[in-house]
Amino acid sequence: MAPARRIIPCLDVRDGVVVKGVEFRNHEHVGDILDLAARYRNEGADELVFYDITASAEARSVSCDWVEAVARLLDIPFAVAGGVRDAEQAAQRLERGADKISINSPALERPALIDELAARFGAQCVVVGVDSRKIEGDWRVFQYTGSTQTTRESGRLMTDWVREAQERGAGEIVLNCMNEDGRRQGYDIEQLYAARERLSIPLIASGGAGAREHFRDVFEEAGVSGALAASVFHKKLIDIADLKSWLRTCGIETRH
Amino acid sequence: MGVVDLGCANLASVSFALERLGAQSDIVRTPSEIEEAERLILPGVGAASYAAARLDALDLRDALCRFVRPLMGICLGMQLLFERSEEGDARGLGLLNGVVSKRTPEPGETWPHMGWSRVRKTRSQTCLFDGVADGSYFYFVHGYGASIDDATAGEAEYGGPFAAAIEQGNLFGCQFHPERSGEAGARVLANFLSAPC
Repeated sequence: MAPARRIIPCLDVRDGVVVKGVEFRNHEHVGDILDLAARYRNEGADELVFYDITASAEARSVSCDWVEAVARLLDIPFAVAGGVRDAEQAAQRLERGADKISINSPALERPALIDELAARFGAQCVVVGVDSRKIEGDWRVFQYTGSTQTTRESGRLMTDWVREAQERGAGEIVLNCMNEDGRRQGYDIEQLYAARERLSIPLIASGGAGAREHFRDVFEEAGVSGALAASVFHKKLIDIADLKSWLRTCGIETRH
Repeated sequence: MGVVDLGCANLASVSFALERLGAQSDIVRTPSEIEEAERLILPGVGAASYAAARLDALDLRDALCRFVRPLMGICLGMQLLFERSEEGDARGLGLLNGVVSKRTPEPGETWPHMGWSRVRKTRSQTCLFDGVADGSYFYFVHGYGASIDDATAGEAEYGGPFAAAIEQGNLFGCQFHPERSGEAGARVLANFLSAPC
């Protein structure tokens, strides 16, 4: 029996505060890391993801201090992402209390990083984040998406890259559909389903949530294990507890 | 209260969870520190073969096997209480009978088992689930697991039913992560802290 479907608020962290942009641009300040973490935990979030969104673009890795502060506070799992380029940097964050390390641009730079992290920490700690956008009929993978100045195509196709990540030892894929990010028009069901079909590990949908029906649709139609969202939770457009109980009335199992 | 450091573990999360319960914990790395501990937690994430090699390298096997006060394994730490794990053919402590084997996902399940699943008590009286509603959700992250037997205190379903928690004598174990399982998990940890020595 598959576990309950997960609702995962994502906190984009820049310079120590939580921010949110539209289509990866024009970021605005939405709150303090620990305040938001506590709020989402109390509302019934199943997991949290913290992205240090400028870390890769600025060639530094995520600061450890807030990882520990979050770990002291939270009694639900959380992943951290942002510029982790080797096993030592991953170890520092896991030792401070993170449950998973999510890698994106560094895995594209050097795919063997996935193998190294999986061998040392186990596949369950290794999440590969994928930023993908449809161009001329292909889902193309982008990297350094933290700012418009650095964003560029990686030269890989999403369908190939998620398979390679799984084969190298990733324990979970977060697929962020860039066309939909921040637009609140619904998840990219077609793209997520295409990824789901190629994977045996859990897939998390990201990008486009705007209404509770979007969560229902992505679970029912794309078969994802979890759905990640940011702005609808930050702006209190959707209450997590209400969303989860409504999903249960639709026949979708959520934790309560 | 000692938390054993096998160098691959979620030490900080477990220590912080104990801290939230108001319990002081010390990191334990030597046989003599094990002998002195009032109670012990053996946490673990990662590969069984790596953890088993660390038990040998740190010379902790005998001390753990002789420990008579409450001992709780979490996730990989629970798996180490058994005789052996199929994951890398790792030798466990042999405190519990049985072999930890790879779970085979059923249609619709992904591998590894990652997420919140319900745990059903397999006995009317358990220490760990005292005050915890039957069928509460706990957070799991694992691909291997133990079969249900007399030591099982709670079961969950992934690739069919498996042992989600064990209680036998001074031994306790959770395949889930109580330190990351919200209020239900905190209650399980609190129950372990109050298990009679």
